Amino acid sequence: MIIQSLAFYLFSIVTVASAVMVISARNPVHSVLFLILAFFNSAGLFVLLGAEFLAMILVVVYVGAVAVLFMFVVMMLDINFTALREGFLQYLPLGGLIGLVLLLELAVILGGWIIAPGAAERAAAPTPAIDSVHNTEALGQLIYTNYIYFFQAAGMVLLVAMIGAIVLTHRTRPGVRKQKISEQVAREDSIEMRDMPSGGGI
Amino acid sequence: MAEFWTGYAWPAIWIGLQVVAIIIPLLLCVAYLVYAERKVIAAIHLRRGPNVVGPYGLLQPIADGLKLFFKETVIPTGANRGVFIIAPVLTFTLALIAWAVIPVGDGLVIADINVGILYLFAISSLGVYGILMAGWASNSKYAFLGGLRSAAQMVSYEVSMGFIIISVLLVVGSLNLSDIVNAQRHVWFVIPLFPMAVIFFVSTLAETNRHPFDLPEAEAELVSGYNVEYSSMAFALFFLGEYANMILMSAMTTILFLGGWLPPFNVAPFTWIPGPIWFAAKIAFCLFIFLWVRATFPRYRYDQLMRLGWKVFLPISLAAVVIVGGVVLAFDIQSLVK
Repeated sequence: MIIQSLAFYLFSIVTVASAVMVISARNPVHSVLFLILAFFNSAGLFVLLGAEFLAMILVVVYVGAVAVLFMFVVMMLDINFTALREGFLQYLPLGGLIGLVLLLELAVILGGWIIAPGAAERAAAPTPAIDSVHNTEALGQLIYTNYIYFFQAAGMVLLVAMIGAIVLTHRTRPGVRKQKISEQVAREDSIEMRDMPSGGGI
Repeated sequence: MAEFWTGYAWPAIWIGLQVVAIIIPLLLCVAYLVYAERKVIAAIHLRRGPNVVGPYGLLQPIADGLKLFFKETVIPTGANRGVFIIAPVLTFTLALIAWAVIPVGDGLVIADINVGILYLFAISSLGVYGILMAGWASNSKYAFLGGLRSAAQMVSYEVSMGFIIISVLLVVGSLNLSDIVNAQRHVWFVIPLFPMAVIFFVSTLAETNRHPFDLPEAEAELVSGYNVEYSSMAFALFFLGEYANMILMSAMTTILFLGGWLPPFNVAPFTWIPGPIWFAAKIAFCLFIFLWVRATFPRYRYDQLMRLGWKVFLPISLAAVVIVGGVVLAFDIQSLVK
């Protein structure tokens, strides 16, 4: 148990510290790198909880895809971040409000656990009993069998958003010549076959 | 005290020994992969390749390593020091830690975790950061362009790789790497899933930034891209990381499609050879194809690379998931391979 506790404290300290660094680092690329570190250590916490599938998906989706795009954009953008910081006081009330709402939600959940200790077990109980199936399988049954329509609806919303983004940014420019690979390959003189002797040159 | 020894010290020593048993052969393989690459390409070009240092040039990798080791590490003044130094270390570390879940033989694996294939996929998706960080921290336009190209390329090809892995998982019904290999007792997946195996292999070429998709380091236009500002051991770490990644990707291809440690036929002369040797032989075969491709194909243009990833491989691998899933469900394949 000592090893698990040590690992827990290591992961959680690094997570919190890097989360603080995300908002306090001067360089935006460093912020993104600290965000990645925070994601990674959260994945470590998931592993300690026995939710190894979620841990891996967190790394694949957030670290491997989302944060790469973040990093890509932040590296390419030429933003004056000191100018952005000047609006800090202006956005403080809104940010504070959002923080307060999140804090209240956490308090409601924790309060619920303390008031009714049975509630937590009911909410956390997986639909198939955890000792009969593997946790990845349990998650699959939950998403793809029990809640398939909600899952499909969420997918549809994402698809519509994606198509919307493409439609908004797509434009056809006149006078751009595009490569047509089938035409190129079908052209008579494009490929010449030669029979080479082994060990010889052309 | 006795509890300390049995509970903590011996397991720690045992894990350490296992790690050494994986890493030492791996680093030797990396060194001799460089030698093999030079020899194979020389043979294809009708040259001799390295043949001066030691018999048949066999000591060449050691000479190269020593040369890099004794060179001076130069950090450009405009570079972002911390990120500049972390980048090669990250690349090399990621290439090594993935081996924790690779089963080299029946039961011969350090961590036989339930989500082994996802772990491999996650680690390989992290590989892009080493290159991206190196490109950004170098504060040089060539390195930066190389890093950007690499990021776009690796993210694009990862998508189709993911879908192909899903189609293999649908057949097996498990994410455990040993289960995936054991499911290929009757037939290696390269035969029923041949198109997916080809796409997967081509995607691994793109994922490791190898020819013909080596645009991140295209020496003709980017003077070797993201690692142009690196020297000495920092460069050596990138170099070793790239080759260790090649071996890792070959191991992934072997496990997913070529039956891992299983012999080609389950009859007498083949079963005498132990599993790890079959595994190594299959990895060597995949690596030979890596080198062969490098010697024979011209480099892709960047738009062609993106077209191949998004407009050719992605639709085919998406269709593969649907078709394989349908066949698996209709003929109850999962109970056949179990």
